[in-house]
Amino acid sequence: MVEWTDFERATIQSIFSKMDYDDVGPAALSRCLVVYPWTQRYFGNFGNLYNAAAIQGNPMVAAHGKTVLRGLDRAVKNMDDIKATYAELSVLHSEKLRVDPDNFRLLADCLTIVVAARMGADFTADVQRAFQKFLAVVVSSLGRQYH
Amino acid sequence: MSLSAKEKVIVKDFFAKVSSRSDEIGAEALARLIVVYPQTKSYFAHWKDLSPNGGPVRKHGITVMGGVYEAVSKIDDLAGGLLTLSELHAFVLRVDPVNFKILSHCIMVVLSMLFAEEFTPQIHVAVDKFLALVALALAEKYR
Repeated sequence: MVEWTDFERATIQSIFSKMDYDDVGPAALSRCLVVYPWTQRYFGNFGNLYNAAAIQGNPMVAAHGKTVLRGLDRAVKNMDDIKATYAELSVLHSEKLRVDPDNFRLLADCLTIVVAARMGADFTADVQRAFQKFLAVVVSSLGRQYH
Repeated sequence: MSLSAKEKVIVKDFFAKVSSRSDEIGAEALARLIVVYPQTKSYFAHWKDLSPNGGPVRKHGITVMGGVYEAVSKIDDLAGGLLTLSELHAFVLRVDPVNFKILSHCIMVVLSMLFAEEFTPQIHVAVDKFLALVALALAEKYR
């Protein structure tokens, strides 16, 4: 069971309640595909991922970015049992999508960078710590059903 | 993994553009390192004041950022150019190289916060590669 302080709970709820999922999702996923190009291996049928401009303008990438972020919302709403919340998604990513779980960490890093850009000075060191702790729990839960 | 000619230009241009705030970037990045990754405090046990906004941490952040800028100037030969710094980190400081990656992440978070518009994915990947290569050059003398 993950222990959350009041500050951490409040911080996570605050960040996500103020977030524009339709902006941050696509930004994070497209950044991941540009910064860590090997992640493109999972998106062979997404069309043109030839360069950074193509990736950032690709509508399938944008749509999928929104899907991913809405998936993250489940953890935001169930902070006390993220492990159970993501059991099914973990199986999906392992058995069907066959995503190397290290990619979750890469996407989490890109999401951190995007949220830092949106929040600016409000993304203090303590906020960053809470945010990264939350993402670490998500990443761990998504990797849990792999065998 | 190496930097293309184009990426070297991107890195040099970007760091030149943000150079007026380099002290702030360094101080903030190191403060974040010890707050977000508390295990890194183990390297600074000899400081009385380990508060993120305290003198020693901020001053050291500025020193570290100075090293990053030195690396920018030696971008065409990082291993050779950073030899002395590598010996320092290998024989004196003995910082576990995993921490270079963590600090690079903190530097990029700060760059993203302070320069949201400029820190595009294209610049991000070039800077990420550059910092990874700096880390490699620093670890050169480790064993």
